[in-house]
Amino acid sequence: MSNRLQTYEASWYEASARDRVAGLLDADSFVEFLGPEQRAMSPHLAQFDLTGAFDDGIVVGRGRLDSQEVFVAAQEGRFLGGAFGEVHGAKLVGLLRAARDSAGPAGPRAVLLLLDTGGVRLQEANAGELAISEIIHAIVEVRSAGIPVLALVGGRAGAFGGGGIITACCSRIVASEHARVSVSGPEVIETNKGVEEFDSKDRALVWRVCGARTRYLTGGVDRYVKGSIPDFRKTAIALIAHAPPFELATLKAEQRRLSERLQRFGDCRDAPEIWRKAGLPESEHIAEITDDAFLAIQRIKGADHDAR
Amino acid sequence: MTLDDVLTSLFPSGHQVERGPSGTLHGTAKVGGHSKVTVVGIVGGTPLGVDAAILLAGHVLAAVEAGDRAPIVFVVDTSSQNMARRDELLGLNEYLAHLYKSLALAAAQGHPTVSVLFGHAAAGAFIATALASQSLVALPGAAPSVMDLPSISRVTKLPLEQLERLAKSTPIFAPGVKPLFAIGAVTQTWEGDQPFAARLKDLLRQAPAASDPRDRIGLERKGRLLAQKIAERVAAEAVAHA
Repeated sequence: MSNRLQTYEASWYEASARDRVAGLLDADSFVEFLGPEQRAMSPHLAQFDLTGAFDDGIVVGRGRLDSQEVFVAAQEGRFLGGAFGEVHGAKLVGLLRAARDSAGPAGPRAVLLLLDTGGVRLQEANAGELAISEIIHAIVEVRSAGIPVLALVGGRAGAFGGGGIITACCSRIVASEHARVSVSGPEVIETNKGVEEFDSKDRALVWRVCGARTRYLTGGVDRYVKGSIPDFRKTAIALIAHAPPFELATLKAEQRRLSERLQRFGDCRDAPEIWRKAGLPESEHIAEITDDAFLAIQRIKGADHDAR
Repeated sequence: MTLDDVLTSLFPSGHQVERGPSGTLHGTAKVGGHSKVTVVGIVGGTPLGVDAAILLAGHVLAAVEAGDRAPIVFVVDTSSQNMARRDELLGLNEYLAHLYKSLALAAAQGHPTVSVLFGHAAAGAFIATALASQSLVALPGAAPSVMDLPSISRVTKLPLEQLERLAKSTPIFAPGVKPLFAIGAVTQTWEGDQPFAARLKDLLRQAPAASDPRDRIGLERKGRLLAQKIAERVAAEAVAHA
């Protein structure tokens, strides 16, 4: 294995989409569908004077994870912020439909979504928006067919906009410290509602509101990992066998879970208010402590759940 | 159309639909051929936040639990998702996802789902309301958008005039019913003679597509030429490499 790859293996955050896939799956097991050699590019970017990518910013295919067959999709956050356009979105829709149609003993044991996205690509906003709805529809079908869908988030672009909604439609969510998961980006809220509502330049505030630590403690993500590619791999392997089914009981439990969160913390506007109400230790410092110290904290009651 | 106009036009034989908190609506109505439909809604141009989303999902799940497979009509005049630090802190993405999943579960369990848009719906709220049902009907006054052109102009750094010119030649990014109809997001546009009750009845009588038909429709309407082909090529390679 090359030194370059070993370096990338250390950090999910620093790695490209392709290196994440290579490091996540069993060695040399990845087979890409509609790879860059086929030049499936966005036809819409040229009119905005933007250069396209041969894979339109997403890698999809199959491989093995701990010897189990899986489908995988990885967004390249460094290409247009990993945003969903027509081709980008359709590649993921196609992968999910293929998983649905091959459900059974010979089909994949899971679909892994390596999300790294700012949401809809505005240059093809309508196609991107509809693709997100089609992706959610297909995720529900895959889950209904008994195949877990895992979201892995730890990239530069986080999972914003429709990407945040997609994340919460998956069976399980794994995130590292760098991950931010939200709908409206802080800049968008600041632009629309003013800096007093959300100061997007206050990075510590942004992470307290949208970051993986807040999501993990409240139950918005299921597993918090330290951020190396092997950490994500180990956790994904462990979660495949423990994914909630998509059924009425699961959604009723989610209804209770989210209602309780709203009742308990609905008047909070910053994370430390939640930690204090929940009686967590060191409520002022949770954002600054090491990953090991963070993982030693007891999550808020109900944050470890099957209600998704 | 006002909300009262919409409800009268959809349900001329009467309805028991009441306003709830956070711009929500809930109740039942009768549509010919069905003894009952469940009506939910978000109206008044209210941005969709955590409070409305959890209420609406609760109504939908209660309808699923009733087990009667009654249709669900989702009346929509919202805005974007509620842009507030508090909603994001609470995990708005989970609340919107939960609403979408609840509607998807209802559809999967045999409740025909229809979103009826008669006002605004934008961005994440558009996904979790109008785009979360099996069909989307646009009534007069419907104004769907992903993002408005001035905002697209700000982000893409392209002059507004250039975007307005481009919008005339492609439905791929511009707001409005017409482009969203062309790409397959809007199922039907209803105008002209009212009441719309007969059209709603017809729509609810149609058997739902076995698979999400919107990329096929977008291709037929020549508004979204690549999506279905790309999805099929990926799926074909998945089979070939099995």
